[in-house]
Amino acid sequence: MLKIKDLHANVEGKEILRGINLEVKAGEVHAIMGPNGSGKSTLASVIAGNDNFEVTQGSVELEGEDLEDVSPEERAHKGVFLSFQYPVEIPGVSVTNFMKTAINESRKAKGLEDMPAKDMLKLIREKSELLEIDRKFLSRSLNEGFSGGEKKRNEIFQMAMLEPKVAILDETDSGLDIDALRIVASGVNKLKSKDNAVILITHYQRLLEYIVPDFVHVLHNGKIVKSGGKELALELEEKGYDWLKQETAV
Amino acid sequence: MAYTEEELKKELETKEYEYGFYTDIESDTFPIGLNEEIVIAISKKKEEPEWMTQWRLEAFRVWESMEEPNWANVHYDKPDFQNISYYSAPKSADPNKTLDDVDPDLLEMYRKLGISVDEQKKLQNVAVDIVVDSVSVATTFKKTLAEKGIIFMPISEAIKEHPELVKKYMGTVVPQKDNFYAALNSAVFTDGSFCYIPKGVRCPMELSTYFRINQAGTGQFERTLLIADEDSYVSYLEGCTAPSRDENQLHAAVVELIALDGAEIKYSTVQNWFPGNKEGKGGVYNFVTKRAICEKNAKVSWTQVETGSAVTWKYPSCILKGDNSIGEFYSIAVTNNYQQADTGTKMIHLGKNTKSTIISKGISAGKSQNSYRGLVQVNSRADGARNFSQCDSLLMGNECGAHTFPYIEAKNKTAMIEHEATTSKIGEDQIFYCNQRGIDTEKAIALIVNGFSKEVLNKLPMEFAVEAQKLLEISLEGSVG
Ligand SMILES: Nc1ncnc2c1ncn2[C@@H]1O[C@H](COP(=O)(O)OP(=O)(O)O)[C@@H](O)[C@H]1O
Ligand SMILES: [Mg+2]
Repeated sequence: MLKIKDLHANVEGKEILRGINLEVKAGEVHAIMGPNGSGKSTLASVIAGNDNFEVTQGSVELEGEDLEDVSPEERAHKGVFLSFQYPVEIPGVSVTNFMKTAINESRKAKGLEDMPAKDMLKLIREKSELLEIDRKFLSRSLNEGFSGGEKKRNEIFQMAMLEPKVAILDETDSGLDIDALRIVASGVNKLKSKDNAVILITHYQRLLEYIVPDFVHVLHNGKIVKSGGKELALELEEKGYDWLKQETAV
Repeated sequence: MAYTEEELKKELETKEYEYGFYTDIESDTFPIGLNEEIVIAISKKKEEPEWMTQWRLEAFRVWESMEEPNWANVHYDKPDFQNISYYSAPKSADPNKTLDDVDPDLLEMYRKLGISVDEQKKLQNVAVDIVVDSVSVATTFKKTLAEKGIIFMPISEAIKEHPELVKKYMGTVVPQKDNFYAALNSAVFTDGSFCYIPKGVRCPMELSTYFRINQAGTGQFERTLLIADEDSYVSYLEGCTAPSRDENQLHAAVVELIALDGAEIKYSTVQNWFPGNKEGKGGVYNFVTKRAICEKNAKVSWTQVETGSAVTWKYPSCILKGDNSIGEFYSIAVTNNYQQADTGTKMIHLGKNTKSTIISKGISAGKSQNSYRGLVQVNSRADGARNFSQCDSLLMGNECGAHTFPYIEAKNKTAMIEHEATTSKIGEDQIFYCNQRGIDTEKAIALIVNGFSKEVLNKLPMEFAVEAQKLLEISLEGSVG
């Protein structure tokens, strides 16, 4: 589904990603772990098409199509979703209005009419229940004054509304208390199917107890330095990253 | 605040907006130039009584001695007032005709304007007066309104049918000599609306006037006079359009609102005059004087959405004369390309415990300049006066400007005046966030701008709020490279 080949990317002339190879197939869950500053969010941004980052080498393919010349909004229409590590605020734009716009823009791109209000209403009801989101929350300005946990839950609500093919969750677990984590994880699990894929970026084993990954990768200095099964996450939890840093330094 | 199913539904509703066209209608246009003969000729054409002709001539003589003001933060080639025609009427218009007699071309034009007289009729809640160039073409609902004693008609008719009201109030809020453009308007105004709401009557529908400049090389000078008698209520909407032309068109209107004891007036404007093209050629010069007087316990709210015009010079104001009276000003002003806007309000507190609120949202894009200019004046006798002002500016790109000129003159120690101002830029991260959700940059900007303007959009009657939102979107089209 998603194929990343020898990906190099710069920001402000500095090379951050230094040759990433990763293949994510439909139905799989991949976890990407790694110390702060290793390039995890950068990788997510590059996949989503943020042009602050310059791809200098390599490629990202979605279902066989090279995304190089595909704009961020077109990538979204094709099913790429990024749950941001730091979601931005948009004052005065309600969650409902934002989602309505997002859904209808995607439909427009596919030559479809706007979603009828009653279908939209049904969808909102269904997905807000899935994530145990209070109706009042949906009338608030997007991310404005939201707590860290509310922001993250709102990201997953958007994911549920948009039903992407590839969802990248960038540290969605940070800021969530244990109850919220459980709700969010169970939401993600319910949305998971054999036709879509999830990439979890996280520091903690905790999230992976709820959403069990098929593969775990460790990113360090812009490269994947180790890949393994879910037990790798446990090992990292125990030993930290230092042993890997040493291993790769050799 | 509860968020009901109903509200959720409402938010999900969508509407379409149409605009942009020119209609070729035969018209009766005066030769260019301005002198006493022209003023008299206009008055004659309108079959006005002698007192009106004299009133115009007084204004003309004052105007001749005045100079065009220079203090606003706008720069443009001064119009040549001798190179404009001061009267232009669509030939097929006759104020005595009913709607059924109106030229089908005109009706088609209204349809394109999105006014749709027929539909409005069916909706049964908006009465419309339409001013094309210089003449009111049709006023719907006259009968329904008359049953409540409400008078809503072109001002030219009111001068003949209700001279006592016109004589009593016209020029009391904006005197002939008030300023250069007001004096010009007083001399040559050709049409506009007149409205009177009797004591204790709540006007059961929105009243609405649409202004349109159609003919080339003409000025439009309309005059609106609205009187809300004691304890009455009215909500009034004014919409404007003009087709695209290379030359600048002049628009100099006067609006006078009189809110007697306990009366409330909501006056909303959606101004969409042609702003000129991308290179700054053409567009309407919009020099407007709008003012309200509030007697005891009266309330006036001005709400404006200004997206058009090449140059805007406009300060809807409130004279809070009566004790406990309230003045409000809610404004969204958008400038793009080479547009220039200098707009704001004056709140003059004369009575005790008078209150005013000012919310101004300026959005600048392209190479435009957007200025807020506001005066809050508290008179020495105005004990307990309060004002709250908030001026927010949103910038797009690095070539535009936003300016705020708040003036405060407080001569009473008990006055409480608060002023808040913010300037923000649309962030790249906000745009990327929207992009990532499948919303392209143009649409993302529209969304962010609508959010920024929400407090003011919410003050508009529902159906116009939707229209105004679309308008914001259209005016900012192409503002990102
Ligand atoms: N917009 C940016 N401008 C400059 N440097 C950046 C930018 N974004 C990320 N970086 C740098 O790239 C490196 C990787 O950052 P990031 O991808 O956010 O790491 P992670 O998500 O793994 O913590 C860091 O050194 C960070 O400072
Ligand atoms: Mg990160």
